Amino acid sequence: MGSKNVLLIFKSNIMYKPVIYRLAKDFDLIFNILEAKILPKKEGRILLELKGSENTIDEGIKFLEQNHVVVELLSDKVWLEEEKCVNCGACTGLCPTDALSMKRPEMTVSFDVQKCIACGMCGLVCPFGAMRDITLFDPFAEGRSNSK
Amino acid sequence: MSEFKINKTFAEINKKIRDGSVVVVNAEEMIGVTNELGPIEAARKVDVVTTGTFGIMCSSGAFLNFGHSIPRIKANKVFINRVEAYAGVAAVDCYLGATQTREDDPLNKVFPGRFRYGGGHVIEDLVSGKKVKLEAFGYGTDCYPNLRHEAEMTLKEFPDAWLLNPRNGYQNYNCALNLSKKTIYTYMGILRPDATNANYSTSGQLSPLLNDPYYKTIGLGSRIFLGGGVGHIIGNGTQHNPNAKRSENGVVMGGAGTLSVKGDLKQMSPKFLRGASITGYGCSLNVGIGVPIPILNEEMALFTSVSDDQILAPIVDYGLDYPQGAGGPLDYVSYAELKTGEINFRGQQVITSPLASYSMALEIADILKDWIKSGQFLLGEPQDTFPSVPFSGFNSIK
Repeated sequence: MGSKNVLLIFKSNIMYKPVIYRLAKDFDLIFNILEAKILPKKEGRILLELKGSENTIDEGIKFLEQNHVVVELLSDKVWLEEEKCVNCGACTGLCPTDALSMKRPEMTVSFDVQKCIACGMCGLVCPFGAMRDITLFDPFAEGRSNSK
Repeated sequence: MSEFKINKTFAEINKKIRDGSVVVVNAEEMIGVTNELGPIEAARKVDVVTTGTFGIMCSSGAFLNFGHSIPRIKANKVFINRVEAYAGVAAVDCYLGATQTREDDPLNKVFPGRFRYGGGHVIEDLVSGKKVKLEAFGYGTDCYPNLRHEAEMTLKEFPDAWLLNPRNGYQNYNCALNLSKKTIYTYMGILRPDATNANYSTSGQLSPLLNDPYYKTIGLGSRIFLGGGVGHIIGNGTQHNPNAKRSENGVVMGGAGTLSVKGDLKQMSPKFLRGASITGYGCSLNVGIGVPIPILNEEMALFTSVSDDQILAPIVDYGLDYPQGAGGPLDYVSYAELKTGEINFRGQQVITSPLASYSMALEIADILKDWIKSGQFLLGEPQDTFPSVPFSGFNSIK
C-alpha cells in the first residue's frame, strides 16, 4: 500500500464538477482531504492524501488529469532546502503532523513530505527560509520545477 | 605544592600541539573518557577538549572601515544595503549591528513582521563575497568636504572588517514557554498558549562556558573558532553574571557568564555566520563559536565531562513574566530531558524544540579539534580572567 499527497487545482471551468468521489468508486483509492479552499468562480484547491497500491494511485492521478484537474505532487511543491537549513530544530515543535522532526541522537532535522499538510507554520518559524513554498494556496507559489 | 595530581601549563600543551603529540577530544567524547578512566587518568591522557555552539546571538555585529573616498568624507550616517550602521566614530568607521532592520522594513506594523533582511543578513552577504551597496552621508567640514559617498563593495575592498560581538555564548539559558492565552512571537521562537510548546537554546554539554563554569581557562586572549575563522575572546560579555544560582556540580542554573569576541570577518564563512529572520521579533545573526579548553588538571577534566543530564535550564514564562520583568523560574529541566522532544511541566506533556543547532555545534567542535591536531592552532593563554565566584572543589576526585 502506497501513499501520496497531491495538490489538486480545479480551474473555473471544472470547479463545480464532482470528480473526487470517483477515486473511491472506480479506483478503490482511500482519500483524505488535508485542506481545501475555494475561490468562488476562480479556482478550487484541495490537498489530498491518496492511499492505495502504487499502480492505482497512478491510474487515479491519470483519471484526474483526463478530467482537466491539475495534479501536483506535494513533494514537488514543498521541500526543505538543505543548504539553508542549519538543523536547529526550531520548526519541529510547531509542525502539527511531525512531518518535520528531529533525528536522534544526531539532532538533525528530517522532513517527511508524506506527513506534510502544508499548513505553513514552518515557513513562519524558520529563521533561514529553509522551508520552500509551503503556501500551497497562494496562486503565485511557483513550485520546485520553476524555481531554478 | 599543587592541590592536583596532574598539572599542565598552556605552554606545555602548545608544545605538544607543535610536535603533533597533543590529544584532543570534543566535549561530548570527553564524557566517555572521564567515565571510563576517571578524572585523573583522563586529565593525564587528554590535553584539550573542544566545545562548540551555533545559535542566534543578537549582540553581534561588524566593525567596518570602508576606506577614504575622494574627496574625503566624515560620515555621520552610513547604510549598507539600506541597513543603517552606526557612524558616530571616526570618518569612515562604522558598526553594523546584527539586529538593525532595513530602512523600509514594515517591522511589526502587520503583525507578526517577517524581518526578511537586516544587519545579520548584510554580514552573511559580506562573508559570502556578495557585492553590497554602501551609502555614506556627511555634513561637510574643512578636512572632510564630501557630503555623499556611494560605492558597490565586496568584503575584500573594506580595508578592515571585524566581527565584534559584545555578548555571545551565554553560559546556559532559559527554556521558554507561554502561559498566556494567545500565541506569542518572541526571540525564543513562536510559543503557543497554555504551555503547548517550549523552546531552549544552548548546545548543553557542548557549550563553551558550561564546560568551564568558573572561567578558569577561558579569558581575555583565548584563541577561538569564530564564524569559520580564527578569533579571540576579548573579555567577558555584557550582562556577565558569575553570581547566578549554581547546582552542586558548579554548573549554572540559568544565564550567567558571557563572552565578548572579535575576529577578522575576511576569514569567516557564511556557513557559520547566518543572517536570521525571527518572525514577530526582528533580524539577528547565527554565530558559530568554538572554544578549546586546556585540561590543566583533573578538575578541568571533571568540568569538561559535564553531560546534558547534569545541566539544568530554568523554565520561564514568556507570556507574562519575562516581558514584565517579573516572576522567576517556574521549574528546572535538564538538557537530557529537553533533547527528547518532550518534557513534563506541572503534570502536562510539553513539546520541546531547540533553537541552537546541536549538530552544527558538534561540527564546530570537531573542526577545532582538527585544527589543533594539525598543529596550526595554538591555545591562547588568557592575559586576564573574567569575574568569577569561588569554587570549593569537587568533593572527591579519584
